[in-house]
Amino acid sequence: MAKLNTVARTGNEAMAEAMRQINPDVVAAYPITPATEIVQIFAGYVADGVVDTEFVAVESEHSAMSACIGAAAAGGRVMTGTSSQGLALMAEMLYIAAGLRLPIVLADVNRALSSPINIHCDHSDTMMVKDAGWVQIFSENAQEAYDNMVQAVRIAEMSKLPVVVTTDGFIISHGMEKIEILDDAEVKKFVGLYKPENYLLNFDRPITIGALDLQDYYFEHKRQQIEAMRKSKPVILDVAGDYKNLSGRSYGLFEKYKLDDADCAIVAMGSTAGTTKVVVDGLREKGLKAGLLKPRVFRPFPAEEIADALKDVKAIAVMDRSDSMNANDGPVSLEVKAALYDKGLNKTIINYVYGLGGREIRLDEIEGVYKNLFDSIKGKKFDKVNYLGVRE
Amino acid sequence: MANLKDLAKGKELFSGGHRACAGCGAAIIARQVIMAAGPNTVVANATGCLEVVSTIFPYTAWEVPFVHSAFENAGATISGVEALYKSWVRQGKYNKKVNFIAFGGDGGTYDIGLQSLSGALERGHNILYVCYNNEAYMNTGCQRSGATPKGADTTTAPVGKVKKGKEQYRKDLTGIIVAHKIPYVAQSIVGNWRDLTGKVEKALSMEGPKFINVFQPCRLGWAYEPELTCEMGRMAADTCAWPLYEVVNGQYKITYKPKEKKPVAEWLKLQGRFRHLFKPENKPLLDDIQAAIDKNWEELLKKEV
Repeated sequence: MAKLNTVARTGNEAMAEAMRQINPDVVAAYPITPATEIVQIFAGYVADGVVDTEFVAVESEHSAMSACIGAAAAGGRVMTGTSSQGLALMAEMLYIAAGLRLPIVLADVNRALSSPINIHCDHSDTMMVKDAGWVQIFSENAQEAYDNMVQAVRIAEMSKLPVVVTTDGFIISHGMEKIEILDDAEVKKFVGLYKPENYLLNFDRPITIGALDLQDYYFEHKRQQIEAMRKSKPVILDVAGDYKNLSGRSYGLFEKYKLDDADCAIVAMGSTAGTTKVVVDGLREKGLKAGLLKPRVFRPFPAEEIADALKDVKAIAVMDRSDSMNANDGPVSLEVKAALYDKGLNKTIINYVYGLGGREIRLDEIEGVYKNLFDSIKGKKFDKVNYLGVRE
Repeated sequence: MANLKDLAKGKELFSGGHRACAGCGAAIIARQVIMAAGPNTVVANATGCLEVVSTIFPYTAWEVPFVHSAFENAGATISGVEALYKSWVRQGKYNKKVNFIAFGGDGGTYDIGLQSLSGALERGHNILYVCYNNEAYMNTGCQRSGATPKGADTTTAPVGKVKKGKEQYRKDLTGIIVAHKIPYVAQSIVGNWRDLTGKVEKALSMEGPKFINVFQPCRLGWAYEPELTCEMGRMAADTCAWPLYEVVNGQYKITYKPKEKKPVAEWLKLQGRFRHLFKPENKPLLDDIQAAIDKNWEELLKKEV
């Protein structure tokens, strides 16, 4: 295991620190609350000459991702950061980055989408682009944000897929925490040198990138992309294994917290998972078998693995920090339900949509969710989708 | 400056066999620009006719590295390529001299891609942006654009019982680019290879952002006989409907002054898109168009020092 340095960092600072240590060839970015600091801090590194990066201060997020695509297609290691409307403005280019199989890494600070305009956390931005072809990794805190960024570079380059690492707006992005970071040299060694296979600046082999792909080829290329996403699962686990050897911290596709013997489980992503752990500890002290499953990787969605992890639980609440506007459920709940159905597991699943626009999620609310789960085991019925913490 | 013989001796970098229409001016522009730039060139292309006809998978007409990602972002895409190059050169990983050229149609340049282009110019990337300006959205079937001239018949500003084609004058994009105070801005045409390749060579000899607005007759959208493409370009210059000039570090220079400025009607009457202008009741509109061309030309003459 490598030496670890204990420092105090906000989520944004942690992500910027990881970017400094990764030292990408190009960063193209546009500021947006609450992600602004990431690129602002990074611009400082560029100004001080502590990174080799060419920083492109573009005029929009659409151009940010377009420039990232140009730089990655040219053969570079490329990163950016954004949030909310910025991610929405990028949406067109996110699909293109993935379709061109460019290993770009994006730090996204989850924030509600307009309208009404709001600058605080929910997951509607990231969920909006869940099918864009990006590996999506959620972080519970600043430590995970740092660790996920370092791992994302290798996941992206090994899978030839872009990766988005998310934190929760303000809750993680602006919350100061004690985290452990690696020495610069260790990160440099871990991410290694990027050697692109085909790239624009290779004049020995001029290539055309982004050709018109009609009925006779498009489907095959999309099929390959889908397969790459499926195959990124073992890559994510391999990289996590190497990272554990380095840092001592272990990561998987999801985290199980006191889940193995649990009667009732909450499925929650991001910072709410941390809040839920506190509630689980309290309930366990009272002798109640509560557990948590925290998806880390939302794309590719680890359906079989999650269904397997939940197979012995009697009742499940899935927490969605975004809504699908009258789809069957919120996006996380839809995935979990489908995963259990495929395993032939017919369990009580209650969906809670919560925390939209940064509405706080309190310990007692999560405790109430567990209470409902225990009541449901005793036969009490609940609505399929519930809105937690809203005035109605 | 390379002569025609030298240019013809070089390797063909934009190959034949692409799917452009017979008489397509965009393909002529691409070929001549790349011919002048040479093999050490990376091309970024906005979505549009040129990209569609030249890169139908698994074929490509491009013998130089080429990237297309979307419609409105050729400026930003080439910025990214050039940024990576700068980073690698600074890191000592790369030492070849490379040209960075973006192509966009008037849709991708005047309209949907204007922000991306403006940003790229303001940031000072060492790029050449070439607009192949055929004065409408030709790839989707001749819809009006910000480059469409007043009175032209397009599918979204059609000639009808009440309307007489596009009601507005086109925007002066070249003027907007000049306002960015970049080192080199020029207008050129299809039909004068020496003018176009010379301007490309001159642009590429300068550091920083460069822009050439190349007037491109489109036989399908403009509705003329395909063998007339080069003649249509030359007539645009002879009538001063599309003046040829360059602005080098802010200094205007008209690069072609017709000996005798021809009436624009001579050029318009060869094009189906202006057919309606020759009805007697539309004479005032035709006069307006001539008056606007005269005014623009006079203004340009005054800018030259």
